[in-house]
Amino acid sequence: MVAMTKVRMGVMKSEQSALQVRGLTKRFDRLAVDALDLTVRAGEYYALVGPNGAGKTTTLRMVAGLLKPDAGSVAIFGIDALSDPVAAKQMMAWVSDEPMIYDKLTPMEYLEFVAGLWGIDPAVSRKSAHELLASLGLEPHLDERCEGFSKGMRQKVALAGALVHEPRLIILDEPLTGLDAVSARHVKGLLGNRVRAGCTVIMTTHILEVAERMADRIGVIAAGRLVAEGTLAELRQQNGHTDTSLEDLFIALVDVEPAAA
Amino acid sequence: MSSALALTWFARHELRLAWREWLAMMTGGRRKRKRAAVIGLVVFAAFLHIPAWAVIGRFADLQLPLDKSSLIVITATILLAWALMLSQAIESVTRVFYARADLDLIMSSPVRLANVFSIRIAAIALSITVMALLLSTPFVDVLAIGGGVRWLSAFGVVIAIGLTAAALAIAATIVLFRLIGPARTRLVAQILAAIIGAGFVIALQVAAILSYGTLSRFAVLTSDAAAAIAPGIDSIVWWPARAALGDGEALLLLLSFGLVLLGAVMAIFSGRFADTAVSASAQAGSGRQGTRAKAFLGGSRQQALRRKEFVLLRRDPWLISQTLMQLLYLVPPALLLWRSFADSSQAIVLITPVVVMAAGQLAGGLAWLTISGEDAADLVATAPLPASRVIRAKIEVVLIAIGVVFAPLVLALGFASPSQAAATAIGVVVGAASATSIQLWFRAQAKRSQFRRRQTSSRLATFAEAFSSIGWAATAALALAVPVAAIISGVMTAGLLAATWKFSPRQG
Repeated sequence: MVAMTKVRMGVMKSEQSALQVRGLTKRFDRLAVDALDLTVRAGEYYALVGPNGAGKTTTLRMVAGLLKPDAGSVAIFGIDALSDPVAAKQMMAWVSDEPMIYDKLTPMEYLEFVAGLWGIDPAVSRKSAHELLASLGLEPHLDERCEGFSKGMRQKVALAGALVHEPRLIILDEPLTGLDAVSARHVKGLLGNRVRAGCTVIMTTHILEVAERMADRIGVIAAGRLVAEGTLAELRQQNGHTDTSLEDLFIALVDVEPAAA
Repeated sequence: MSSALALTWFARHELRLAWREWLAMMTGGRRKRKRAAVIGLVVFAAFLHIPAWAVIGRFADLQLPLDKSSLIVITATILLAWALMLSQAIESVTRVFYARADLDLIMSSPVRLANVFSIRIAAIALSITVMALLLSTPFVDVLAIGGGVRWLSAFGVVIAIGLTAAALAIAATIVLFRLIGPARTRLVAQILAAIIGAGFVIALQVAAILSYGTLSRFAVLTSDAAAAIAPGIDSIVWWPARAALGDGEALLLLLSFGLVLLGAVMAIFSGRFADTAVSASAQAGSGRQGTRAKAFLGGSRQQALRRKEFVLLRRDPWLISQTLMQLLYLVPPALLLWRSFADSSQAIVLITPVVVMAAGQLAGGLAWLTISGEDAADLVATAPLPASRVIRAKIEVVLIAIGVVFAPLVLALGFASPSQAAATAIGVVVGAASATSIQLWFRAQAKRSQFRRRQTSSRLATFAEAFSSIGWAATAALALAVPVAAIISGVMTAGLLAATWKFSPRQG
C-alpha cells in the first residue's frame, strides 16, 4: 500500500514533465552521454543543440527506446520508459534525420500502417492522414509509391507518420535537414501548431536560428553533458551577455566546456 | 588528358571498382578479413577439385573425333554454363542501369559518353568472364591433369561464351528498355535472368520425365532419339565442344565470334547505353502510381505489421523472380507426380527432398527480408508493441507465405501417397522454421535493397542455412526410404542448428 502510494505520488509529481531524464549514461568506444539530467515541461518546444558528437542523437535515441542506456532513468509523462516501454511509446513519436520509410508503399499506405501500429481507429486516422499529407503539400502524391520521392518529400512523409497518431511528445532529430525553404516553413508551422495545441516537441538542430526563433527553451549539450539550459534571455544572463546571438553563446559554451571537463 | 589516356584511366577505374566490389562480397565489407578471404578462397578452390573429379574425371580421356552422344553431353554442359553466365550478365547490366551511383557524375562530365560506356560494357564482359574462369578452373584442372594440356583450351571456350553472354545480355536489356520501357524492364530482366538460369536444366529434366520417367538429364542427352535429331559431327553446333577438347581452329573461330559480337554490341549500343541510363534514372525519380491498398485499415497492431510485410513482399521484384525460380524448380517434381498417377514409378520419392529444399531456401530469403530487411526500423522499434510481438508477426508472415506456396503441392502429393505427403509437410515446416530461426539468430538491421548482399553479413549463417535445407531434405527423403538413416540425418541436422545457435551473436 505504501509502495503504491509512493508510485502514485511519483506519477503525480512528474505529471508536469513531458520528459524527465536522470543520470542517463551511454558508453560506446568513449563516453557518449555522461550522467545527463534533463527535464522538458509538457507543452514546451525544446531545442537541444550541440556540436557534432556531443551526444544529442544518442540521448534522444535512448529516450525513444531505440538504444538501451547503461545507467539512468527516462520518464515520459511520469511513465518509466525503461520498465514500461510500450506505454511510454504509445505517447510519443520519433522522427530520425534520415527519413526511414518504405519505398514500395504510398504515403497514404505508410500513414495507415503507422496508425495501425499505434492502434488508432481507422476512420479517424484516414481523415487525419489525408489532412496531414495535404498540409505538407503531398496531396498530389498520395497514391504514388515513395520510391521516387526526394529526400525532402520523404522527410515530410516521415513527419506526417509521426503526427498521424496524435502523440503527446514528438522527438525530432534534425527535422529540417534537406528541406527547401517552403517545406521547412510548412514543417515549422506544423510543429508550432502542435505545440500550441498542447503537444510537447523536442528537437535537435544544427540551425541555431531555428532554435532561437522557435524553441521555448534551449539545452546546450557538449561531451554528453548539459552545459547550459534556459530561454535565450536566460542563457544570455547566465553568460553575462545581454545582446549576444545564440550562435555566439553556443560557441562560447562549447569552446569552454572541454577545458572545464 | 588525351582521349586514349582518358579511356585507359576510366578502364582502370572500372576494374578497381569491380575488384573492390568483389572483395567486399568475399570479406563481408570488412577490410581486415582480406587475407582470410584469400586463404578461404584458395582452400575452397582446392576443395572444389574433389567434386569436380567425381563429376567429370571420367571424361578426361575423351579424344576427338567423338561420337554424337559425347558431343551432345559436352555441348549441353557448355550451354548450361552459358545460360548461367547470361543470367548473371543480365543481372549485372540491370544493376548498372538502376543502381550505379556514379551515373550522374559520369554523364555530367565532359567525356564522350559512347566511349565511356563502351568501357563499361567491356568491364561487364570482363567481370563475368573472370568469375566464370574462376569457377571453371577446378573442372578444367581435373580434365587437364587426367587427359593432358589440350584440355586447357577449355579456358578459351569459357572466355568466348563469357563474351557472347555479356554481349547478348546488354543487347537484350537495351531492347527491353525500348520495347517495354524502363519501369517494367527491371522486373522483366530479373525474371528473365531467373528463367534463363534455371530454364535449361529444368527443360532437360522435363524432357527426361516425359520420355523416361526419371529426373536424370543424362537420360535425354545420351538417348538414341537425341543422337538421331542432332546435326552431323561436322556441324558448327559442335564447335564449342571441339574447342574444349583442344581443336585450335574451332577455338580460334569461337573466340573471334565472341569478340566480334561484343565489338558489334559496343558499337551499336554504347551510344544508346547513355540514353537508357538516363531513362532509368528518370524513372527512378518519378513517382510510380500504386494500386490503392486498403490493407492497413482496421485490425490489431500485429495485423498491421503482417499486412505491411505482405504488401512489401508482393511488390518486391526480387522476390517475384526468386519465387518464380523456386516454382520453376518445382515443375519437374510436379510433372513426375502427375506421371506417377499413370504408372507406379518409385521416382515420386524424389519429390520430397526437392520440395523440402526449396521451402528452406525460400523461407531463408523471406525471413531475411521481413526480419533483417526492415526499411523503417526506427518506426517499428518506437511503435507501442513489444519487440517479441513484432518478431512473431514477421515470422508468421514467412510461414504463411511458405504455406501458400507449398500447400497445393503437398495436397496433390497427398492424393498419390498420404504418408509421403505427411513426411513432405513435416519436412517443409521444419526446413522453413530452421531457415527462419537462423535468420532470426543472425538478424542485423539492413535495407531491403541490400538483399543481394545478405550472405556477406555472416558466412556462418549462409552455410548453416544451406546445410540445414540440405539436411532436412535428406532427412525427409530418408524417412520414406530408410527410416533409421532418417533419424541419424535428423539428429545431425538438429546438431548443426544447435551449433549455429551457439555461435550466433547475442541479440539485444
